[in-house]
Amino acid sequence: MKLLKNVFDNLRPNFEEGGKFERYYKAYEAMETFAFVPGHVTHDGAHVRDAIDLKRTMFLVVIATIPALLFGLWNTGHQHFLALGQFMELGDGFMDKFLFGAMKVLPIVIVSYAVGLGIEFGIAVAKNHSVNEGYLVSGMLIPLIMPVEVPLWMVAVATAFAVLIGKEVFGGTGMNILNPALTARAFLFFAYPTKMSGNLVWVSTEGQATVDGYTGETLLAQSINSSTQYIDQAGASYSSVADTIYAAFMGWVPGSIGETSTLAILLGAAILLFTGIGSWRIMLSFLLGGLSMSYIFNMWGANPFMDVNPILQICMGGFMFGMVFMATDPVSAAQTNTGKWIYGFLAGFLGIMIRVFNPAYPEGIMMGILFMNVMAPLIDHYVVEANIKRRLKRATVTA
Amino acid sequence: MSTEVKEAPEKAAPMKEPSEPLFSKKNKLLLTDPLNDSNPITVQVLGICSALAITVQVKQAVVMSLSVLAVMIGGNLIISLIRNIIPSRIRIIVQLVVVASLVILVDQVLKAYVYDVSKALSVFVGLIITNCIIMGRLEAFALANKPWPSILDAIGNAMGYGWILIAVAVVREAFGSGSIMGWKFIPDAWLISNGGFYAHNNFMILPPMALIVVGIIIWIQRSKNTALIEEH
Repeated sequence: MKLLKNVFDNLRPNFEEGGKFERYYKAYEAMETFAFVPGHVTHDGAHVRDAIDLKRTMFLVVIATIPALLFGLWNTGHQHFLALGQFMELGDGFMDKFLFGAMKVLPIVIVSYAVGLGIEFGIAVAKNHSVNEGYLVSGMLIPLIMPVEVPLWMVAVATAFAVLIGKEVFGGTGMNILNPALTARAFLFFAYPTKMSGNLVWVSTEGQATVDGYTGETLLAQSINSSTQYIDQAGASYSSVADTIYAAFMGWVPGSIGETSTLAILLGAAILLFTGIGSWRIMLSFLLGGLSMSYIFNMWGANPFMDVNPILQICMGGFMFGMVFMATDPVSAAQTNTGKWIYGFLAGFLGIMIRVFNPAYPEGIMMGILFMNVMAPLIDHYVVEANIKRRLKRATVTA
Repeated sequence: MSTEVKEAPEKAAPMKEPSEPLFSKKNKLLLTDPLNDSNPITVQVLGICSALAITVQVKQAVVMSLSVLAVMIGGNLIISLIRNIIPSRIRIIVQLVVVASLVILVDQVLKAYVYDVSKALSVFVGLIITNCIIMGRLEAFALANKPWPSILDAIGNAMGYGWILIAVAVVREAFGSGSIMGWKFIPDAWLISNGGFYAHNNFMILPPMALIVVGIIIWIQRSKNTALIEEH
């Protein structure tokens, strides 16, 4: 620690006014405040301040994604070996699976951070504003919502698009209308659909021969044909819907890297809720919205996808991940408490609706959240207006 | 498309002396101003609909720009010639009739000589009638100016519209189809479907991307030309 502090102190004169690298002061400042809590204090006025600042807030979210990431690493390997017919039991070959997953996933994480932070630093130096902390989280969320077989250059293009068009044109962190990580995914989904959907992208087979009966279909894709019969990657059927729910809850099913395990995501949710960073109102209303739409579809029951068990419906696909890490994004979500209830409920409701009504968009959750991101300011506006009206009614004029 | 017109500064141009040279400073400005400072698309934000619809391929954008150029020159010239005998109450109808006749002419020519492009442009040739830029220039300029400045104004605005259209189309065709004017610069062997590593960006084919590309052009233009940034 002392050593690191010395390094920063020695470098500081180079970046301060008159120094050699004066232009890059903002980049230096970003690195220093990342490593150490800055000594800035408020000089005038009384302000109640929390000891935690934006960098540390963002970092707690990154910590909350770690269970999902670690599980994703293992699951990537697990799905790979399952498709090849090796290490069929869950407990077998733990290290092989984990290492294989790490080899596949870590390059995506590195590309995402390198491209995103590179653009952030470049813009901060060019415009002479502080480097935005928001990318610490987006850079981790982007790999977690990618299929494992996505080419790295696509990740780079999508990240650049999300940071530039999704965030910087609006003025950087805190100004963006849309969630940057979901913007990246939506961009890839529309730009390169063959690499973002279908049956071939969720499991990495590396071109090797697969076992008989292997399809690579996710549970979502299977739901289009049947709401009761599901098969796993090796071609074996799950014995009952309850079994399928168990597998989807634990997460050993194919899907995007970090979104398969409801359990790991709930661990992250616990961290977010315990530290007060994630909004419980949004999470709860999102869950209620998704469940109620699923029940409505159950009653309707016009096709197999509508008949899917509501619990299975919310354990499949990106519902949980979207609920915990995407919808709760403090920038793009609604700000008022009432607004958060409306925003969360409609995001979950629309997410399931898009998923079921249009099987061409299997990840309706992404669309649902992005749509509500756009609507969030409107919701806030009407909540505030309603509050003003209510209080005006109560006010009595005494003259 | 709305016909609401943001009035351009040159409306106030005074009547010119008969001895004025053909390419006086004022007249040159009529040509060059719409290319940048009062560009119909990026500054006045008119004619956006066609910029979204027909910029998937450069060829379509070029043909569309030429069609608009022809209609605008004809329309501005005719309206300017008869500007003193149009009763102001029915001027919009008169303008519409003139523009519609010209558009039908252009449509017939396209059908006769470049049938495939005409088919690709489909209704958008007919929709030139409702292009806000054309009605805007007739209303704001040709009705109050002599024929020669009106022609220059038409050329300037049509070029200002055309270069944005073509710029957007170049970006969209290059990234969306890997070609420019139909000439493929990305070899087929590079495509993932043929065992390569590259894939065309499908998003570029979709209309929303045209909006984003226009937005980026506006962004670049305003950062170069700071006079355009609005106060607020």
